[in-house]
This record gives sequence, C-alpha cells and structure tokens, in this order.
Amino acid sequence: MKDSGCTTALVVGAGIGGITAALDIANSGFPVVLVEREPSIGGHMAQLSETFPTLDCSQCIMTPRTVEVGHHENIRLHTYSDIESVRREPSGSYVVRIRRRAAYVDWDKCTGCGVCQEKCPFKVVSLFERGIGPRKVIYTLSPQAVPNKPVIDAQQCRYLQSKWDMEAGRAPAVDKHGNPVTPKCGACAKLCPTGAIDWEQQDRVIEEQVGAIILATGYDLLPVQRLPEYGGGELRDVVDGLAFERLLAASGPTAGKVVRPSDGAVPKQVVFVQCSGSRDPERGVPYCSKICCLYVAKQAMLYKHRVPDGQATVFYIDVRAGGKGYEEFVTRAQEEHGVVYLRGKVSKIYSQDGRLIVKGADTLSHRAVEISADLVVLATAYVARASTAAVAAQFGVAVDENGFLAPGDEEMAPVESGVEAVFLAGAALGPKDIPETVAQASGAAAKVLSLFQQRVAAEAHVTA
Amino acid sequence: MTLTPRAYSYFPGCTLATTAVDYDASGRAVAAALNLDLHEVPDWNCCGASFPLSAENVMSFIAPARVLIAAQHAGQDLATLCAVCFHVLKRSDSYLRKHPEAADRLNAFVTEGDYAARVKVRHLLGVLRDDVGWEAVRERVVAPLQGLRPAPYYGCLLLRPQAEMELDDPEAPSLLHDLLHALGADPVGFPRQAECCGSTLLVSAPEANQRLSAAVIDSARSAGAAIVITACPLCKFNLERAQEGRPQAEQLPVAYFTQAMAAAFGLPEHAGPAFRREVAA
Repeated sequence: MKDSGCTTALVVGAGIGGITAALDIANSGFPVVLVEREPSIGGHMAQLSETFPTLDCSQCIMTPRTVEVGHHENIRLHTYSDIESVRREPSGSYVVRIRRRAAYVDWDKCTGCGVCQEKCPFKVVSLFERGIGPRKVIYTLSPQAVPNKPVIDAQQCRYLQSKWDMEAGRAPAVDKHGNPVTPKCGACAKLCPTGAIDWEQQDRVIEEQVGAIILATGYDLLPVQRLPEYGGGELRDVVDGLAFERLLAASGPTAGKVVRPSDGAVPKQVVFVQCSGSRDPERGVPYCSKICCLYVAKQAMLYKHRVPDGQATVFYIDVRAGGKGYEEFVTRAQEEHGVVYLRGKVSKIYSQDGRLIVKGADTLSHRAVEISADLVVLATAYVARASTAAVAAQFGVAVDENGFLAPGDEEMAPVESGVEAVFLAGAALGPKDIPETVAQASGAAAKVLSLFQQRVAAEAHVTA
Repeated sequence: MTLTPRAYSYFPGCTLATTAVDYDASGRAVAAALNLDLHEVPDWNCCGASFPLSAENVMSFIAPARVLIAAQHAGQDLATLCAVCFHVLKRSDSYLRKHPEAADRLNAFVTEGDYAARVKVRHLLGVLRDDVGWEAVRERVVAPLQGLRPAPYYGCLLLRPQAEMELDDPEAPSLLHDLLHALGADPVGFPRQAECCGSTLLVSAPEANQRLSAAVIDSARSAGAAIVITACPLCKFNLERAQEGRPQAEQLPVAYFTQAMAAAFGLPEHAGPAFRREVAA
C-alpha cells in the first residue's frame, strides 16, 4: 500500500501516555509522528522519584521506553514543537503543520556531550525542577533526556539578546572607535567541539500527513498562587507535590537529599496537605484529584526513608485508595513508617520565627491543631493544562467544564473523541495515575491499529 | 481636584448609635471630606445582628428586610460602616434576591412596603475603592501617616463568604492595606489579619474569646505593628478587652479605619485617642 499517510498516526504529547501509544503503534509496523512541546520526552513521569505502589524508580522504568522512542525506525519525533494547524483532506487524512521552535543548536551536529551546559555562565530557575533548582540558559531537561540535545532559552540568553538589540538598533553595533561590537558571551559557541550552536536558527514548519491522531497532552497542577490561605507561593518552604518529587529524586537538584528550599536545612517536621484545592468548588476545583492519596503516602514513606528521625504528618479529608495494592500501601505508610494521619482540613499556613505554622482541624478528636513545621507539601489539585482547550479546538475535540478533553461517550467509548480518527488518552482527560494512563494509551493505540488494519484490508481488496 | 459629589443611603446600626458613636462621627466626617453625601435611612431598626442560618424561617429576615425596604425609596446604594451590619444586610439581600419565594412570603408580613431587590448594599470601604478611588483619597490627605506601621485587621464577617459579600478575597485581602497606603502609612500584613476575634463568644465562652483576640493582637505585634486598624466595632471591643491588664508596653491601640482617615485628612477631632497621641508625638 502506498504511504499516503492514511496509515500514519500522529501522537500529540510525549509523556508516558503518548510514548506508550506511539510504541504500540510503531511496534505494529505503522509509522508514527510524535510531537512534544518540551525539548525532550517523558512528561511529568520524568520528574517523579519513585512510583506507587511498587516504589520503582520512575526514571529507571521509563528510560527503556524513552530510549526506544528515540531510536525507533517507525517513529518520527518532533520535540520542542507545537501543532500549528490541522487540515482535513477530502481523502479523510489529516495534514498537520508542526512548528519546531528555534533551539539555536543544530541537533544534527550536536553530539550531546554537555560541554555547553557546563560552561554556560548563566543560571535561571528551572520549571522542570519546579523552582527548587536552577538550570543553565542552554539546557536539557535532565541528564537522561531523549533526545539528549540542548536548546537555548532565547529570552534569557545574553548573546542572543545583545545580538538582537544591536540588529534592532537598541544597542550600538560599533564601539567608540568605530570597530564592530560582537555580542556578549557566546561561551557555548566558543566551546562546542562540533560547532553546533546556530545563532541564526529560525522556527521551522514541518508538514506531516497522517490518518489517525491521538491527543495525549497531559495535565498540570493548580498553581500554589491560587491558594493564598497556604501562603500563595510567598512561603518558600511550602512546595507542591511535584517539587517534593524533585527533592526526593536522585536526579534532582539535591541528588535526593530532602532539604528546605529556604535554607538547605534537613526538615524534621514535614506536613502534607491533601485536597489542596481539590474537592473545593468554591475556591479550587470541585472534583477529586485521585492520585494524591497515593502519592502523599509514597512521599511520606520516602521522606521517612531519607530522614528516619523526622516526623511526617498528613492532613486528609478521607483516604481514597481504590486500586490494586493501594489500600495496603497507605496502611504500610501509617503502620510501618509511622506517618501520622490527621483527618481534617488545613485552614491556614503562615510563617513565624523561621518556621511554618500549620493551622488545621483534627475532626476525629474534635480539636483544632497547630503544627510547627519545617516544610509543607501541598497536594495541589490536578488540573487541565491551560493550553488543552486550544489544542482540542484545533482538532475539533470538545473539552468538559473543567477544561479536560471530553470523549464523545465517557462510558462506552472513553478514548474516542467523537471526531473521526481522533482518539484521546491519558491525563488530559482527567485525573489518572501512571497504570491507568498506560492502559488507556494502549486502548487508544488499539483503536488506531484497528482503523489502520481496516484500511489495509480495504486497500488489498481494491488492488486484488 | 474637585471630588464628584456622590449620594448614598446610610445605615448606622445600633452599635454606631450607642457604644461606637466615634465610628459613626468619624465615618460621616471623612465621607463629607470626600464629598460623599450620606442620608440616614429613615426610621431604621436593628439589622438583626446575626445572619439567620436557618434560612427556612423567613421571619428572621424581617429585621434586615425592613431596613432594605426603607432604603428602597431613596433609590441610592445603601452604605454601612459596621462590619456586622454590612454582613447581615448584604447576605440577607443576597439570599432574598436568590429566593423570590421567600421574599414573597416575607412581603406578606411587612407593612411598610415590599422588598423589591432594588438596593445595593455597600461597605464604605468598597465605596472608597470603587467609587472614589485610592488616588482621590490620596489627594485629600493633608497629614500623611508617614512612618506609621498599622496592622490592617479584617476579621471574618467583613469578607466572608466571599461570593456573597463581594468585597475582597478573605484569604489575601488588600482593601485596608490599600487604604492605609493611600493615607501614607506603611501597613504590615500579619497571619491573623482575617481570623475571627471571638465575636459573640464573649458571652458563651469568654476564655475562647480571650484566646482568639489575644492571638490577633500578638500576631500583629510580632509583625511589628504599632496600631490595629479595623472596620468592626465588635472586633475593636474584643481586641481592647483582651489587652486589659497587660503591661502598657505590650498593648496595641485599636482604631477604626475612619479614624485613621480623619487623622490623615486633618480632622483631629474625629481621629480618636490613638491617633491624637500619634499626631501629638
């Protein structure tokens, strides 16, 4: 059959959902175009330390898959890229325009040696590290990045900014003697052994023709700024769940040492606040974020592994541990690791004399409690990405009242968007843990494969 | 700059007519200074003093509804100063707007007229921010409260519940901060700025009341405040009472925001004892 694209799949988003779907389809012999907005693949799972309920190292169980994606002959990977437009052809296939943002690094020349990152003199706050650690202005997300090629953050780059200032006439292009001025810095370009830095690189638009699409665009956490009663992001030692993952992760900014972001001290009293913004229709989101009960139990347990004489306290409304081995996992945190569970909500967190005062209720003993803590971890609500609605609109897919992708039929066709040949998977549909995301991604991939097989069969019938 | 004249119905409430006459007088004085014309609601009665939580009993809405009806004739927004009155009137109005069937039942019992959901209940702080504007307030200042570190104390009833009170974010309020900035002061936020002072627990659980009010004062003191600024006569009463018997050096004066305005506007006769000391010092 001719490769008119009608048996090529587009997968949007390369977190664990998108990766799983892409590999399932590619391993069945069909080409896959995988598009990821970040410089490398892996999504949120790449930020996690260990996974529940098995306490597997997240990087370790994911790396074989990210590496397979990077090398797969049937996968064309476009990272640092966004979907620019989608057009439906009369034949039923889709023509997708993908904008690959300028990285200012020629990835064909780059060997991924890392000298540029090492020598770049400018550090900025890393969003991948959830503000806990820095990154360089030329960066990869992690040492295990796939592809292991850096990008330059143009907004923060001294060289690019001074170059553009000169070109636009905002800065003089010649010195007082009339000699041309060269832009400042450029350390990466001077030291790159293969001359891969490309200051003139532009955004590039790639056109791909595909026959089916899977949207797996992932989720976000409710910004701490939305929770002023918990400090609203002003208190440095109040962090969210993903930030705490980075503190626990061996590949994180502290190499797995749990410390307070403010002063680097080891926290002896850590308070976890479940339902931070979840199940709170008035101030947060109305729904249950589903994954927090388990990851808080996991984080409290891992904290106790790192700081055995520390105290972990969890505030919860109720523990929702539905899932294989999940209830047992939470019980283990309580009984074997001495994590204290207090049933009640936290009303306020504020700073006093260098410590955090956590005011809450223990509704089992009917007492108001006040805990003086070193570090507070907010299990902030699991929310739809702000960009989900725009991506969905490009493909004609609906979103629900909370901004998550909405299948045409939630019960009987949970991975079908209602738009022909467009399927949905993973966290972008609503709160989901890793096993569920992987299962759903395989489900979406199966739908695509069934469609492709029908097309192959029809083609064979016509040509026979 | 000339200030645009604006007119409002005004509901003083029982406390401002009795134990908090200084709040009433300073409120009227600073309003006049900003060209706000406050017309006292004719033949007003108590607002009801607490918002009826057993909403099915429509009779408990009669007191606030009667005030709202009395204000209807003037056709102006209804301004209040007392945080408790504002709370009760605003929430009652909000409830009756959402439950026309309750308003109908109630109307059958009120002889002065029918509740018609026509009056917007306002707090003077909201009027200052939204109608007058902080810039105009700043321009009216003749004696800026330079160097003063007041603790803006919001309490609970002024802002909560946010969706009904529609005044400010109870978890991160800025209304009093912004006013004090406009008056030239350097307000200090403090952890308990929007916590309860104990309210009427003074009657049923005086120790709890004492504990809550003392915690507010201590919280403001450790934030470095020199004075507490409030919009509620009950808060002021509780906070002052909780400090009785403390050494003078550990006490914090408490004043109404209108008294801070009077001090900054050059109206010392309405500035109250705390600000008169401040001005003298």
